[in-house]
Amino acid sequence: MRTNHFYILLAALGIVFLLNSFSPEKDYFLITKKDVELKVIKEFPKPLYNFKNNALTPEIFTLGRKLFYDPILSKDSSISCSSCHQRIAAFAHIDHPLSHGINGLIGTRNVPALQNLIFRDAFMWDGGVNNLEVQPLNPITNQLEMDEKLDQVLVKLQRNPEYVKLFRLAYNDSIINSERLLKSLTQFTGLMISSNSRYDKYKAGLDTLSENEISGMKIFGQRCANCHSGELFTDNSYRNDGLLPDTSINDKGYGAITGLSDDNYKFKVPSLRNVEVTYPYMHDGRFRNLNQVLDHYGSGKYFTANFDQSLKKTTGLNAKEKSDIIAFLKTLTDKTFLYDRRFADPNFR
Amino acid sequence: MAIPVIAIFFFGMRPVSRYAYAIINFSNYAGDEMLRLDSAHYQNELGQDFTVTNFKYYVGNLKLYSHDTVKYTWNQYFLINEADPKSRKVTLPMMPEGKEKYTSISFTLGVDSAMNCSGAQSGALDPVNAMFWMWNTGYIFVKLEGKAAASKSPGHIFEYHIGGYRAPSNCIRTIMLDLTNNPLKSVGEEYCGIQIKTDILELLKTPMTIDFSKLSSVTDFHHAAEIADNYTDMFTVLKVENAY
Repeated sequence: MRTNHFYILLAALGIVFLLNSFSPEKDYFLITKKDVELKVIKEFPKPLYNFKNNALTPEIFTLGRKLFYDPILSKDSSISCSSCHQRIAAFAHIDHPLSHGINGLIGTRNVPALQNLIFRDAFMWDGGVNNLEVQPLNPITNQLEMDEKLDQVLVKLQRNPEYVKLFRLAYNDSIINSERLLKSLTQFTGLMISSNSRYDKYKAGLDTLSENEISGMKIFGQRCANCHSGELFTDNSYRNDGLLPDTSINDKGYGAITGLSDDNYKFKVPSLRNVEVTYPYMHDGRFRNLNQVLDHYGSGKYFTANFDQSLKKTTGLNAKEKSDIIAFLKTLTDKTFLYDRRFADPNFR
Repeated sequence: MAIPVIAIFFFGMRPVSRYAYAIINFSNYAGDEMLRLDSAHYQNELGQDFTVTNFKYYVGNLKLYSHDTVKYTWNQYFLINEADPKSRKVTLPMMPEGKEKYTSISFTLGVDSAMNCSGAQSGALDPVNAMFWMWNTGYIFVKLEGKAAASKSPGHIFEYHIGGYRAPSNCIRTIMLDLTNNPLKSVGEEYCGIQIKTDILELLKTPMTIDFSKLSSVTDFHHAAEIADNYTDMFTVLKVENAY
């Protein structure tokens, strides 16, 4: 009898142990060394941000993830980076034309997707930010977004026992400063790499595309790839796509950065990877769907004098061409990236 | 027992260094008067009365020359802040061994383009020092703020935030100061020093005479390079102190 009890107890312990070790939460949110390896497919260009002065570690990445999902960065602790950068939307903001900030404030630009950032030479729609590490300063301090002071953010983090612990784990001492705040966020966002869409699998010979999709790829190559070029589907340039300027915003884009009137209304050409899930579109989110975008590019109607001459290539797209292009664009959706557990909200345990 | 004794023995000793060091003191002035924030009233070239509430600037890349040859370089940035007396004293360590005579000193006023593009920094270049533009990445090299009755800005304030590392509005300036008549001398492990005068009145004139009623706020590339040309001549050597 006693032996039986012993074995039952042992079995029960065994089951508890097994359940624990297979517990999805534990593994799902745990960041390992392997998780922070930088993997770039050979078709991609060389990264412009190489983590040389910001060596990737699981602890720093985990700190960056915690910060990204924490409203502590905003003035009234109501808005986090993830409030506007949603994972299901490749870290754009689904169905929101303009960014939203604290106290219900509305910003002036469409939230861009966060993906393949280490291949970009500049950030923001106007390219005003020259290094990925200093990008988060903008949403944190912008009065229409998080509206917080940098020194105040640091005071809040220094007072928070959990951050004291996480910074120590990440950096082996007690210093909590802006450099570490920014570099940890950079590890988190910098590893957001999308390179496993159906298109990528097709290129690698691992998947097939439909007739429409292949036709769309060809038309895209002839008509759109002048600007949306290469494997990142952007040439990283600034262009004026001839949209009617919205006088309620009066956003001069790149022109406000360079001070040259020729650059007015130019915006950074966005990547089209995951474009299916990053709606609405354009710098001010004026188009709700891809049909509207292609209607604009096909229309040949441009409202500013300095519109980009290469837009002439897209003029006169017919209905079949548009639907094929859209079919092709949807092959750029990368479910591996969209459901990558490394970028999931660690608070949903 | 032996280890603590040895440790005390070593740490108690005067640090042995064969190197000299120099202290460069930046003293901020308004004309002939030492600058005093908030309380003191000054007049610009046009006779407009003003007070100063904030004056900060970056110096870096300090070099000492013997005639035309660079003999010493110290690549560190310092933020000189009138409100923080400690910040006005810049220490140049590790000067070369032996006797040396320096006949000129140069430094960058501002932050070079590499450091403007290098991402997150700490220390003097930490954006928390409020000398950093976030929306159009770059350091503010010189910040002069104050009040002038003539200013038409709200609260009669004026603010000159000068920066920019790219053409056509490159505000980085190299300041070269001659020490030929009274060279800086270093020897062994002794201290030497230079007192540099920084005159805010020079920032407000030549070549562009600033009229507070017309130009009270510069916070981007508009007029920045013109004011940078103004501040190029705001430094003079007051005194050189030598060890021997």
